[in-house]
Amino acid sequence: MAADGLHENETLASLKSEAESLKGKLEEERAKLHDVELHQVAERVEALGQFVMKTRRTLKGHGNKVLCMDWCKDKRRLVSSSQDGKVIVWDSFTTNKEHAVTMPCTWVMACAYAPSGCAIACGGLDNKCSVYPLTFDKNENMAAKKKSVAMHTNYLSACSFTNSDMQILTASGDGTCALWDVESGQLLQSFHGHGADVLCLDLAPSETGNTFVSGGCDKKAMVWDMRSGQCVQAFETHESDINSVRYYPSGDAFASGSDDATCRLYDLRADREVAIYSKESIIFGASSVDFSLSGRLLFAGYNDYTINVWDVLKGSRVSILFGHENRVSTLRVSPDGTAFCSGSWDHTLRVKHFRVTNEAEIWVE
Amino acid sequence: MAQELSEKELLKMEVQQLKKEVKNPRALISKTGKEIKDYVEAEAGNDPLLKGIPEDKNPFKEKGGCIIS
Repeated sequence: MAADGLHENETLASLKSEAESLKGKLEEERAKLHDVELHQVAERVEALGQFVMKTRRTLKGHGNKVLCMDWCKDKRRLVSSSQDGKVIVWDSFTTNKEHAVTMPCTWVMACAYAPSGCAIACGGLDNKCSVYPLTFDKNENMAAKKKSVAMHTNYLSACSFTNSDMQILTASGDGTCALWDVESGQLLQSFHGHGADVLCLDLAPSETGNTFVSGGCDKKAMVWDMRSGQCVQAFETHESDINSVRYYPSGDAFASGSDDATCRLYDLRADREVAIYSKESIIFGASSVDFSLSGRLLFAGYNDYTINVWDVLKGSRVSILFGHENRVSTLRVSPDGTAFCSGSWDHTLRVKHFRVTNEAEIWVE
Repeated sequence: MAQELSEKELLKMEVQQLKKEVKNPRALISKTGKEIKDYVEAEAGNDPLLKGIPEDKNPFKEKGGCIIS
């Protein structure tokens, strides 16, 4: 018995040391490609001038913290979900609420618009992801058509339809991600590897193949092959939970936002972190990140109620946006890149747009 | 789920995964960084949040006001 115990410990110890030495080797290999910094490559790129963003629409109606939002492909509608259990579909041009449903749970942490615009998905503390078809028939009760698709063993933190309305990708507090068939509710693939809650995910732009990236409380960002369920690359440079991940528009990189108050850019082909977006004065966690259409700007919402706009190439902050009266919890650029929407614990969503200005105006909202 | 596996099994998985990742193909940042920069420069002209769009094309422009023709 004692001999078995000893053998067990040796195997554990030898595995641990093998893992450590492999991690060292991986760092070595990655360091070989680190011949320049991204901002050096971008030295000759014209610096961005001062610019301001104006809040064009404020969406009011949630009774509690807004936790998540997603744009419809029509660039006009958006869906948002809240701690109060409500999921609302808005027309952002008119600010009208087009649909609303009350979930059987509070803390609806995830919501997503279907590519067709005909359905939405959401979930949270119910550990599920449910799909609601959107109907304009006044006689139909939206909740009656609800379809439970995903079942996790802990809270749902993020969800996203794939290229069609037929499949949904989910991330959960149970440490896994999963791919589901919407019609049958069948689990198509599961993704194991995170050592703690998975908080976010983002699908690669369709042209770049079947991968997605996830971020978690284990401080890791992991890139997955959707078909095989295998992790392709993993990055562990953040010092705290990763709250948000978003692919760069070309698909060759992704950004992350973390409770360590930094955002980072990871280059998938160089297989390493290539930029950190941080300032000594920024000490609160970044909750959500998204790129502008060209990838030049990174918008990041923070727990100190602000949104910082970063020059992705140069690594500097180009603007700081005020307006929310509590944490910014979610942020997405619209599909055509004309505006971005931020949601907050102050119960509102705000749609902002760039306003050309000649003078150096400071907008305090 | 991660919680259901023993420490040994988790470590074995980690070692397997790391062995795979060490072998991943990689390129120099001077090359990949340049490609990111090139992408931005190519797309910058189309980026409304970077360049702004004329007020009359702005779907979120201020409501109301009169148009005198």
